[in-house]
Amino acid sequence: MRLKALAATAYLPVVLAVVMAVGCAPKKQASTDSASKVQITGAGSTFVYPLMSRWSSEYAKLTGVQVNYQSIGSGGGIQQFKEGTIDFGATDVAVSEEEEKTFTRPFVQFPVVAGTEAVVYNLPGITQNLKLTPDVLVDIFLGKVKKWNDARIAQLNPDVQLPDMNIVVVHRSDGSGTTYIFTDYLSTVSSEWEQKVGRGKSVSWPTGVGAKGNEGVTGQVKQLPGAIGYVELNYARQNNLAFAAIQNAAGQFVLPSQETGTAATRAALERLQRDIRSSVVNMSGENAYPITGFVYVLLDKQPKDTAKSAEMKKFFEWVLKNGQKIAGELDYVPLAEEVVQMSLQKLAEVP
Amino acid sequence: MNEPATDAAASFRIRRYRRSSAFWSDRLFRAVVIASASVLGLLILFFAYELWQSSTLSIRTFGWRFWVSRDWDPVRERFGALPFIWGTLVTSIAALILAVPLSLGTAIFIAEVAPRWLRPPVSFVVELLAAIPSVVYGLWGVFVMVPWLREHVQIPLEQRFGHIPLFQGPAVGVSMMAAILVLAVMIIPYITAVSREVILAVPQSQREASYGLGATKWETIRRVVLRYARVGILGAIILGYGRAVGETMAVTMVIGNRPEISLSLLHPGYTMASVIANEFTEATSPLYLSSLTEIGLLLFVITLLINALARFLVWRVSRGEVHY
Repeated sequence: MRLKALAATAYLPVVLAVVMAVGCAPKKQASTDSASKVQITGAGSTFVYPLMSRWSSEYAKLTGVQVNYQSIGSGGGIQQFKEGTIDFGATDVAVSEEEEKTFTRPFVQFPVVAGTEAVVYNLPGITQNLKLTPDVLVDIFLGKVKKWNDARIAQLNPDVQLPDMNIVVVHRSDGSGTTYIFTDYLSTVSSEWEQKVGRGKSVSWPTGVGAKGNEGVTGQVKQLPGAIGYVELNYARQNNLAFAAIQNAAGQFVLPSQETGTAATRAALERLQRDIRSSVVNMSGENAYPITGFVYVLLDKQPKDTAKSAEMKKFFEWVLKNGQKIAGELDYVPLAEEVVQMSLQKLAEVP
Repeated sequence: MNEPATDAAASFRIRRYRRSSAFWSDRLFRAVVIASASVLGLLILFFAYELWQSSTLSIRTFGWRFWVSRDWDPVRERFGALPFIWGTLVTSIAALILAVPLSLGTAIFIAEVAPRWLRPPVSFVVELLAAIPSVVYGLWGVFVMVPWLREHVQIPLEQRFGHIPLFQGPAVGVSMMAAILVLAVMIIPYITAVSREVILAVPQSQREASYGLGATKWETIRRVVLRYARVGILGAIILGYGRAVGETMAVTMVIGNRPEISLSLLHPGYTMASVIANEFTEATSPLYLSSLTEIGLLLFVITLLINALARFLVWRVSRGEVHY
């Protein structure tokens, strides 16, 4: 019996081989296709995905070059790029110095577009933009300011009838660059937040409930009176959520928009030139919206396939020069001209 | 006397059989079946090994404290699984408590009580529920059930019974209660469909004998049908429980995703499957990844334990040691 069983398992590799041969057949076809024209593969940030698809389809119309982008998340994008399984990575958070040490190949990173995060809320009957200072915002997210008619909120908004309602914080439950930028902002403006919670793609929130994705936070805030959350601006706009004007480093109350976002990217230029990895929240321009972040692209400095790399370089040149207008149409924040120039210089380091 | 002759004839027949296609198709069939079974077994071993291997860093760093710690702080890299274990066990067990009577009632109705023409449509509706993808349950939960629950159930409960820890506020809609309800709705079709089949499989003679002894319909169902079908029904319940423990998407959407241990049904919670789904993609540091994998390992172990317990129960019940 034993021997027979053993003999039978000898068939196993045959079965597996058949399964694998069947599984691989379509792949082979795909590779012959890609040989005929250039195909660039990238992955990473989910935030930039809708824009990247639009860029890629516009660019394909112009040149026939295919750019495939998979929105697997910034962390995944960095990881895959590091392992060399994709041609470029995209991330909402620049690769840190520490992380960079684990890379085996030299690479460049530079911003291609920016985005602003709106602080959205649901107060029945109130459609005005509330004014919030950084310290009040921090205390709301720390769970210290518990009611909407708290004296500190009322003082900032004397002309708004604030209801006696519990504040419910809604945050992201999945790890995300959106959370990183938001907690980076809170950590920048408050040492208490930095010590108690800190900055990260996922943090240990002192209060509130978690929802998955920008759409999850939007949905929660929309249907829960008293809720407050943070989402990318386009989600706030498309769902008609009210959002707050945040006091920036220059003391002005600023609403999130393309203009105020672009102003923030301009204000960030000097810092970026010193170190591309610098945090760029809470910039001090008069009109700069403080919760603004970049999407960075990662490219190889010593690519294996130089022909492909040259095509990729052309694509990102187009993105930086012509793609910014498209970004504006989709409620992303176009980079300020000065930042575009800086990114182009970085791009020039790629052969 | 003529033994050698028959021997020769027999060996000839055997040789002919071995050359025949029937012989080879038998062997091939056997091989294919053994291969499929061993692939499954190897896969499970591979899973267990891989989970163990990838969580060694976390196991070495936190040790047994991982099981009992309430910390979940990705920034400072302090991890503990207790809130997730709590959330998983509470939601799945409570969902089971809600779902079992409802499912059994429906199954008995379909199999024993309903008029013959009504059975197919009712069964069809129940099976339809099983075919709905879990993300749809989640969306329905978030946009329909949760707001309704908050307005009409949670706020009144909080106002009247807020002093009892079980109903402590504030009521925000997404909560353990919402997760329990969605899970219950999701597992009802499974338990119902399997129980119905099991009840239908009870031989008619059993029922006839019971009626013959003067039993009423209720007595027949309780004493004869359910007793005869109890092992199968237990199996159906375990199947439902397995689904409740592992369900991810719908639960994530309505539970509030807060790693907190609270007695209140109105408070948000978190489950093991949800935290893995939420945080795995962006977990970049080795210790963080390893801790998430260890939660996967815990889930694996808990599932195994539940299955073992279920086997044990089935064994006891089928030996007749548990009486209804």
